[in-house]
Amino acid sequence: MTKKLMLAVAALLFSMLFSNVSAQDNAKSRKIPSVDLKGLDGGKVNTSTFSNNGKPMVISFWATWCKPCIEELNAISENYIDWQKETGVKVIAISIDDAKTSARVGTFVNGKGWTYEIYGDPNGDFKRAMNVNNPPHAFLINGNGEIVWQHVGFAEGNEKELYEMIKAVAAGKPLPESK
Amino acid sequence: MKTKNIKRSFALAVAIAISTLGSMAQTLGGGSIHGNFEANGQYYMPASKYYADSVPNEKMLGAGFANFIYANDNFSAGFRYETYMNSLLGFPQGYSNNSGIPYRFITYKNEGLEVTAGNFYEQFGSGLIYRTYEERGLGYDNAMEGLRIKYSPVNGVYFKGIIGKERLYFNAIYTIPGLVRGFDGEVNLNEAISSWAEHKTKIIIGGSFVSKYQTSNDPFHVLPVNVGASAGRLNIIRGNLNLSGEYAYKINDPSASNGYIYKDGQALLVNANYSKKGFGITLSAERVDNMDFRADRNAKQIDQMINFLPVLAKQHTYALAAFYPYASQANGEMGVQAELFYIFKPNTFLGGKYGTNIDVNYSQTQSIDRQQINSSTAVGKENTKGYTSNFFKIGKEVYFHDINMEVTKKVSKTFKFVATYMNIICNRDITVAPGDGTVNAQVAVLEMFFKVTDKKTIRTEMQHLSTMQDQKNWAMGLIEYTIAPHLYVAALDLYNYGNPDKNYQLHYPNLSAGFTKNANRFAIGYGKQRAGIFCVGGLCRQVPASNGITLSITSSF
Repeated sequence: MTKKLMLAVAALLFSMLFSNVSAQDNAKSRKIPSVDLKGLDGGKVNTSTFSNNGKPMVISFWATWCKPCIEELNAISENYIDWQKETGVKVIAISIDDAKTSARVGTFVNGKGWTYEIYGDPNGDFKRAMNVNNPPHAFLINGNGEIVWQHVGFAEGNEKELYEMIKAVAAGKPLPESK
Repeated sequence: MKTKNIKRSFALAVAIAISTLGSMAQTLGGGSIHGNFEANGQYYMPASKYYADSVPNEKMLGAGFANFIYANDNFSAGFRYETYMNSLLGFPQGYSNNSGIPYRFITYKNEGLEVTAGNFYEQFGSGLIYRTYEERGLGYDNAMEGLRIKYSPVNGVYFKGIIGKERLYFNAIYTIPGLVRGFDGEVNLNEAISSWAEHKTKIIIGGSFVSKYQTSNDPFHVLPVNVGASAGRLNIIRGNLNLSGEYAYKINDPSASNGYIYKDGQALLVNANYSKKGFGITLSAERVDNMDFRADRNAKQIDQMINFLPVLAKQHTYALAAFYPYASQANGEMGVQAELFYIFKPNTFLGGKYGTNIDVNYSQTQSIDRQQINSSTAVGKENTKGYTSNFFKIGKEVYFHDINMEVTKKVSKTFKFVATYMNIICNRDITVAPGDGTVNAQVAVLEMFFKVTDKKTIRTEMQHLSTMQDQKNWAMGLIEYTIAPHLYVAALDLYNYGNPDKNYQLHYPNLSAGFTKNANRFAIGYGKQRAGIFCVGGLCRQVPASNGITLSITSSF
């Protein structure tokens, strides 16, 4: 009887080990956490609904008071039409402006001529869920909605590296090593 | 036989325990653990006596935190470990020489219901009566500990309820006197009413109520133990036009901040925006009267604040432009702000080849009208209703004024610049300390970017501040060299050349370098830091003068 039980325990242990292996495989893919954001039209949008029909997405955290963030979004904006044509990428810009400056986000975006999808995260809920320390912080999402790459800060020329990553994701290739 | 039975039942228990664990691992299997980390350290060195810097006994101070979040579909849990060994000079002293896990939570979502147990941050409307949030750089963190429930019974209808206490550094929750309860409801008419879905006009209405409870055994005042505040808000959007407003009212709430007066409080915030591609205009107005709302009526500085009163002024980032910042005055202020964005299109006279961006911003904040409640009672007298105030009358005292213009211009593929001019009037009797006087300053900044190659850029800043008050004129120069995507080195000097006392015509040089790889960032700096006010989001703290080496690491995974 004891032997049978021991066998059962062994089998369970084995199955647990096995399930852990598959769990680890799953753990490698990090999905976008589910948080409610505010659209420019006032409506709530849940981040788990972000999708781009299997094509890559960039989620960029920014604020109207963050100079490098604006540099980054300007640099992408200059190339956005070409990038969209070549890879189908979609850029989603998350403003972490709070009530002090959130009212100017819409006018600011239009004033810059940006054509990104814009959402507000006025109390930093999405920022916290995505483990963002400081903006700018950009995430690259693959066609399955998994976060595959991230980068903090911006310096002129960083957009080139980002685009290399986007191209790799769009083509389903492994990400190039950051040079 | 008996032993055999025990053995058997033990083995059975183990089997059940393991199988439970096994199935748990499977449920937990789809999730992932992620986090972020930040650490800051400074080694302090003495400078000459004129710098008035101080070296702490420890000589080296370091503080940091790490967040860990486990997320799996509708479930998430996490915590933040913080350590201050010791906190950097100028940081709120409440953190010093302490470590712990002041933030931990479990959240799950199910069919429109979301429950959070533990610590959380939340905001009702624009925050006029309730906002808990964090500004780690300032040491501001009033995270709630308790329960939060969010529920959306039907499309477009949202409810939130909260109960708990606010964080006070590392103080144990049972020692914190103030209890906070709140409720918020919001209806998005276009989502809630199906026939309105395609309506051109979008309407969102909301309302909230927050109450704090604190016992009282004060022999000098008869204090309300329950203080309630309510707010209503409306947002109307039609095409390019966006109108929003929120009004808040609070019953009498005698506190250390308002000098123990029994007046009620109110706040009004309105915004109007119009924008289309290449053009935007924003108008805002705010009136705040006796709206300092804290979970502990005796709390001071930035402790135990329940609400958030936004500052109507542009948040400047250039060093000299941010020299005289404004902080919102919860006890009373009236402010307006107007901002205009415009793009001169490419291939026009003013637009040049690449277009020209213009941003003009104006803001002005003054005192509110305050009249004696009767001829024998001084304004703000303790134990009275304090004062009366005409809602529409603007007070005579100027607290803050800022008019600024920024031009951003890409001249060629390798050169662009940002030119800024501003005039600031800052009433430092209000924002810093009585007796500091009002400063009227003109600031000019020219920032230039030179692209050396695709990945190498030189950025320079030339800044000048001229004023007849305070320490008079300052100049600043900065040069930064970046090699994208990993490296930067920068050198700057801040120079108080206009100081009337020659001994105090000081230089504040700084050298810094940083390395970034993906989501990891290391920065090291060496130099002098001027005493000043460091502000984020309208909250400020005094930073003392210092000299030394700073090190900063941030990371996300």
